Amino acid sequence: MPIITYREALNQALREEMSRDDRVYLMGEEVGVYNGAYKVSKGLLEEFGENRVVDSPIAELGFAGIGVGSAMAGLRPVIEFMTWNFALLAIDQVVNSAAKMLYMSGGQFNVPIVFRGPNGAALQLGAQHSQAFESWLAHIPGIKVLSPGTPYDAKGLLKSAIRDDNPVVVLEGEMLYNTKGEVPDHEYLIPLGKADRKREGGDCSIITSGKMALVAMQVADQLAKEDIHVDVIDLLTIRPMDVEAIYESVRKTNRAVVLEEGWEICGIGAQVVDFIQRECFDDLDAPVIRVHQADVPMPYAKNLEKIAKPDAAKTIAAVKQVMYRS
Amino acid sequence: MATKVFMEALSPTMEEGRLVKWNKPEGAAVKSGDVLAEVETDKAVMELVARGDGVLRKQMIAEGVTAPVGSVVGVIAGADEDISALLSAAPAAPAAAAAPVAAPAASPAAPAAPAGPIASSAAPAASGPVRSSPLARRLAKESGVNLAAVAGSGPGGRVIKRDVEAAAAGGASAISRPLSAISGADFTDEPLTQIRKTIAKRLAESIGPIPTFYLTAEFDMTRAVEMRAQAAALGDDFKVSVNDIVLKAVATALAAHPEVNAHWLGDKIRYFNRVHLGMAVATNDGLIVPVIFDADRKGLRDISMESRDLAKKARERKLTPDQYTGSTFSVSNLGMMQIDQFTAIINPPECGILAIGALEDTPVVVDGAIAVRKRMRVTMSCDHRVIDGAVGARFLQTLRRMLENPLMLVF
Repeated sequence: MPIITYREALNQALREEMSRDDRVYLMGEEVGVYNGAYKVSKGLLEEFGENRVVDSPIAELGFAGIGVGSAMAGLRPVIEFMTWNFALLAIDQVVNSAAKMLYMSGGQFNVPIVFRGPNGAALQLGAQHSQAFESWLAHIPGIKVLSPGTPYDAKGLLKSAIRDDNPVVVLEGEMLYNTKGEVPDHEYLIPLGKADRKREGGDCSIITSGKMALVAMQVADQLAKEDIHVDVIDLLTIRPMDVEAIYESVRKTNRAVVLEEGWEICGIGAQVVDFIQRECFDDLDAPVIRVHQADVPMPYAKNLEKIAKPDAAKTIAAVKQVMYRS
Repeated sequence: MATKVFMEALSPTMEEGRLVKWNKPEGAAVKSGDVLAEVETDKAVMELVARGDGVLRKQMIAEGVTAPVGSVVGVIAGADEDISALLSAAPAAPAAAAAPVAAPAASPAAPAAPAGPIASSAAPAASGPVRSSPLARRLAKESGVNLAAVAGSGPGGRVIKRDVEAAAAGGASAISRPLSAISGADFTDEPLTQIRKTIAKRLAESIGPIPTFYLTAEFDMTRAVEMRAQAAALGDDFKVSVNDIVLKAVATALAAHPEVNAHWLGDKIRYFNRVHLGMAVATNDGLIVPVIFDADRKGLRDISMESRDLAKKARERKLTPDQYTGSTFSVSNLGMMQIDQFTAIINPPECGILAIGALEDTPVVVDGAIAVRKRMRVTMSCDHRVIDGAVGARFLQTLRRMLENPLMLVF
C-alpha cells in the first residue's frame, strides 16, 4: 500500500471529490495561487480553474458566509480556514447560519458545507494560535465534527464529509500534515460517527481522537512492553460520538483514560466521562481519569509549552493510576 | 499555612493503622520531621512524623483508633490560623477505640465504674460504608462475597476487582451470623490487631488458591550435633545453634536449587539467583518473618548473629519493613517446642516453606545394627504450581546430604 503524507491524503480527497462532483469547490485564504498555507490544495487551481478554487480576501466571516449561501443555493463548498484560531472571526456563520438553517427553515434548506483547517497547538506559536476547538464546535447541535489523526482517516473522512448533505467541520493538525501513513490506491470512504479501535487490549481503555490518537498508540506500544495492554478507541467523529464503541471497550477493560488535546473544563473528555459513568457505572473498577492541556493559555516558552501539553508520559501515568499500579 | 497530618503508609502492605500514642499534645509546637505519634501498622509500630512546621492544633483521632491510610488524623497550623474549614471537612473522629475490654467480674481492681452498665465505647473504629468500586460491588453481589469482610487494596482501602476475585477464590466470604448471647464474664474481648488481620488475610489467600503438597523426610542430625559441640568447645565465638546450622544448610541447598527458590507472580514464575531466607518468629502478637538476606553467602557465625538479632527485634516489634519483606523462601522451626513434625503454610508469593521438627534420640538401623541417633523431621510445603514432587524431593536430598555431612557446609 502506498505511504503518503496527511497533507497528500487530504489533497487526494479534495481532488477525487472535485472530479466526481462539479458542485464541489474550495475557497479560502491562499488556497489557489499559493497552493494553500500548508499546501493541501497543491495543483488544484491548475486542474480545476479559478471558478472552483477561489482565493478569498482576509475576511473569514465574509467567505464563510458566501460558502453557506452558495450551499443553500445548491453548491457543495469546502471552506478552508488557515487555522481554526482565525475561524473564531467566522464563528457566527458556522454556528448561527450553517448549523441552524435546516432546523429554522423547517427542512427547506440544507447546507452541504465543509469547514476545514488545522486545529490545536503546533510549536511555539503563542497562546492565540495554539488552541484546540473540539469542544466549542462539538457543543453545537447541527454540525458534525471530525478529528482524523492519520492520513488514512483524513482522506476517508474528508471524502465522506464532502458527500454529507449537512455542515461538517474537519479539524486537521499543523503537526500532522507531514506525518505519513498507508493509504490504499482504491477509493474508500470512512463512515461518519464510527470510532476505530487503533490498538486492542484488555487492561485499560484510552478514548481519544485526532493528534492524540498518535500519542495513545505510542502509549499502548510502550505499555505492552510492561505487559499492560491498552484498548485505544479513536473516536474519529467527535459529534455524533460513537458511544457504543466506548461502552464495549470499557465493559471489557473496566477502566478508562480519556485523552484530549484541549483544556479540561467542559472539554470533550468531560462528555466522554459522563457517557461512561451513566452507562458503565457497574463496570468501573476505578474512577475515569482525564489527560488534557494545562488550564492556561498556551505558553510561548518552549519548556513551559511542553509541560502544558498532554503527552505520552502523562497518559502512561494515568493508565497506571487507574490500574492501581502507580 | 495549615498542613494536614495523614495516616501514612508506613509499610509496603499497610492499609490502615492504629494510632497507639500521640507524642505531641494539642497545642504543642512542632517542626517538620518531629515524631507526632506512634502508629501500629500491619507489621510493626512505626513513627508518624510532621510534614510541616507550626502548632499541632488538632488531634483528629484518639489514641487506640484505627484509621485508613490517607485519612486525616491531625492538623498542623499557625497558632492563630483559622482551621475550622479543615475540621468541618474531615469526618468526626470516632470514639476512643476499644482497649481490651475485660469483663467486670474479671477485673475486681477496676475503679468504680459510673453507675449503670459500662457503656461500650467500642464504636467500631473508622466505621462507615465500605469503600468499593462499582465493579467490585457488582462482582461481590454476583459471587456472594460479603464486601465488608474483604480488605481493600485500592487507595484509602477501596475494595476493587482483584480483592473480590481473591476473596471469591479463597472462599473468604464471611457468612455473618451473630453469636448467641453469652455472659460477658466468660470471655475477654480483644479487638483484632493489625498483625492478626494481616495473618488472616494472607493465610486465607494461601490455603485457598495455592495447591499445596507436602514432603516429609527424617534426617540424621548426629554429625551436625557433634559438629556444633566441637565448635562450641572452641570458645564463645564459635557457639551456634542447631537451627543456625539448619538455616545455613537450607540456604546453601537453595543456592543449588533455584527451582524451589521462586515466587509465583500470577502470570509468571520468578526464580531467584540470590537466597533471601525468611525465618518465622513467634511473637506475643503473632507470627512475623524477618529475612536473612543473601543467606547462602554468609558464614555460620553471621547467620547465627543475624538470626538472633532479628528474632529479638521481632519480639520487641522493632523490625523495619525492609527487614521483613523480600524473602524468597522461608523456614519455620517448632522443634524447640517439642513438635515432632508439622506442616507450615506457604507465605505467598513464595513457593515453599520448610517446617522443622524436634531433634530426638531415636533407635534406627545403622549398618545392620540398632543404634541411637539424633533424628529430625522436616516437612516441605510446596506450591505445586511451581514445584513438582520430584523437584521438591531433589532439594530435600541435597539438604539431607548437607545436614548429614555438615562438613559440606564449609565448602
